[in-house]
Amino acid sequence: MSGLAIENISMRFDLPGGGSVQALKDVSLHLAEGELLSVLGPSGCGKTTLLNIVAGFLAPTEGRIVLNGHTVKGPAAERGMVFQQGALFEWMNVRENVGFGPSMKGMAAAEKKKIVDHLLDVVGLKDFKEKAVYELSGGMQQRVALARCLANDPDVILMDEPLGALDALTREKMQGLVLKLWKETGKTIILITHSVEEALLLGERLLVMAPRPGRIHREYRLPFAELGVGRDLREVKKHPDFARTREEILGMIWDMEEEIMGQPGAGE
Amino acid sequence: MLIRDLGGEVVTLGAGLLRAAPFIIGYVVLILLFALVWRLVKRVLTPKHDFTSLKTVTFGDESTVVSNTVASVISVVAIFLLWASFTGSALVPSFLHAPGPFMGQGSFTYTMETADGQRDDARVDVIVFGKDGVVPPSEVSPGDGIAKDDAMSLQAYRSKLLTWDENDEVKRADGARIVAIDGKPVNAGGEVATAIGRVAVTDKGTLNIVPAQGMQMEDIWLPAPEAVWHRLVTIWRDGYQNVTLAEHLSYSLFRVIVGFLLGAIVGIPLGYAMGLSDWFRGWFDPIVEFMRPVPPLALIPLVIIWAGIGEQGKIILLFLAALWIMAIAARSGVSGVRISKVHAAYSLGASKVQILWHVIIPNSLPEIFTGARVAMGVCWGTVVAAELVAAEKGIGKMIVAAAKFQSTDIVIMGIILIGVIGFGIDMLMRWAERALVPWKGKG
Repeated sequence: MSGLAIENISMRFDLPGGGSVQALKDVSLHLAEGELLSVLGPSGCGKTTLLNIVAGFLAPTEGRIVLNGHTVKGPAAERGMVFQQGALFEWMNVRENVGFGPSMKGMAAAEKKKIVDHLLDVVGLKDFKEKAVYELSGGMQQRVALARCLANDPDVILMDEPLGALDALTREKMQGLVLKLWKETGKTIILITHSVEEALLLGERLLVMAPRPGRIHREYRLPFAELGVGRDLREVKKHPDFARTREEILGMIWDMEEEIMGQPGAGE
Repeated sequence: MLIRDLGGEVVTLGAGLLRAAPFIIGYVVLILLFALVWRLVKRVLTPKHDFTSLKTVTFGDESTVVSNTVASVISVVAIFLLWASFTGSALVPSFLHAPGPFMGQGSFTYTMETADGQRDDARVDVIVFGKDGVVPPSEVSPGDGIAKDDAMSLQAYRSKLLTWDENDEVKRADGARIVAIDGKPVNAGGEVATAIGRVAVTDKGTLNIVPAQGMQMEDIWLPAPEAVWHRLVTIWRDGYQNVTLAEHLSYSLFRVIVGFLLGAIVGIPLGYAMGLSDWFRGWFDPIVEFMRPVPPLALIPLVIIWAGIGEQGKIILLFLAALWIMAIAARSGVSGVRISKVHAAYSLGASKVQILWHVIIPNSLPEIFTGARVAMGVCWGTVVAAELVAAEKGIGKMIVAAAKFQSTDIVIMGIILIGVIGFGIDMLMRWAERALVPWKGKG
């Protein structure tokens, strides 16, 4: 079976002070190859935990992740990850960062160069190859992170709030870039975000998760990502369904937050 | 008992501080005076027009407080000026000298009274000579009366007793005593300030002549800068106690470098092991945490017992001084790696060895460099101290040997060399850090 299957994942762990936390409960999902899933939910709903399980950084207490027919046992190059910030290697320049995956595989220099040059071209950084990554702006650093992930040609790309630390304008541009890369490469992508708008714009499918225990609350199939490819995303936002869905999801999350706050002894 | 003893120490310290207070206050006033002068000078110069100069809030804004180069230059010059001034250095014009000791010829008179109330004055000629050569007392005619004139000579900064009655017609044994000096009445145990300094009458009735010492330092306390420079030149050329200066310095540096390198070679892998494995962390934590607060100097006696005073002992000591610092630096360098970097490397297909080599080691280098700077500083301090205790050669050995002969100029020269070399090592490490780990603090 091709694609990514999340099968009955549960995650429960003991706390140091006694008691235990049910971070995820019975989460199941199947992503076909080339699907873009965005995941939303109030803080504490286990969305990052789920992503870490798919990436192989955490082992679930129940269930399993199956990618293209084999069970995930740990991190591997087939599942690339883009982090919010600070995951670039500042002791390497832009070119070396992007070429990290191929270097680890022991790829020939010429072939690696071709890949790196191409990807830096795609993300619009071809003039910054030799720059140190700390000399780049936040948006450019995330472009490097995207290119670095793509250089490995993974089957699935996992994004943990990749645009969360960017300013609003840069963020919009980067959203366009993510859509473009998705369409051009045909990768399966899971994107975690805090922004309802971003989830709507980028998610072909959208998962709203609920906390305590972390579970799938509702799933949407959305037309906006397709609409947005190669187009001004502000136009997409004017779509009548866009505003309606946004309000619906915001209300949903709002209610969940209310519920948490309302519980005695809860709160942040 | 202990409280009383310690209390007494505090009182002594307080008294010393109180005596030093005018000088400290004077120094602070000097600083403020120069600040004022510089402010006036700056007003005359073309004003700066950078961004900082436009800030109105400067008090409390850390970014506006950058070290003022002018102040640094004046500060260093002032130290040398003060040093020159209070040692009567030939490098500065004499009007900048602090008042020196009384030198040359002077005199005072004393009035003696015999047992039967007869009084007579006599003059004492005093010659105070410098360290360059003894000058004999001038010849004086005894004069008339029962008290005869005297003459004496003594070296500056010394005092001398005068048995004034030796040539007088009535002796102390006959009941003669001094009742006034320069016309000012005085009793046994009292003293009078004269043109040449203090003249005191001892309990036994003799005179104690203490020429004014001024405010300059005697060579034995603090030699003039040129004397220290001169010493540097001669010792560089001829060596000290049959060992050349270069040899002294090379021995010290050799010990530091070898000790530090050994400490780093063992300490860095140890730190990595502690940062990467819970077992190693648990195993070495008690050892490292116990050894870290033990000053290396406290190990000197043990190291001497175990390894003697040869090179081996010193290198073991410096190895131990560097080891814990380097281990802790490497450990925190490893623990300081952002988990997202490690995760990213794993999901890019890196193996454990590749992660160690391409992520963990480069990520820990800035911490290791910081540790190396600290370790080099500590090693340099420790080697000098170890040489003070026991050594054949080395800069510390040189100054402690010189101190035994009260060659203060060599001691000061040695201290300056130690400071300059320590500063040089630190600069070198900083430069290496900038060149080798430009990503420091940028992660």
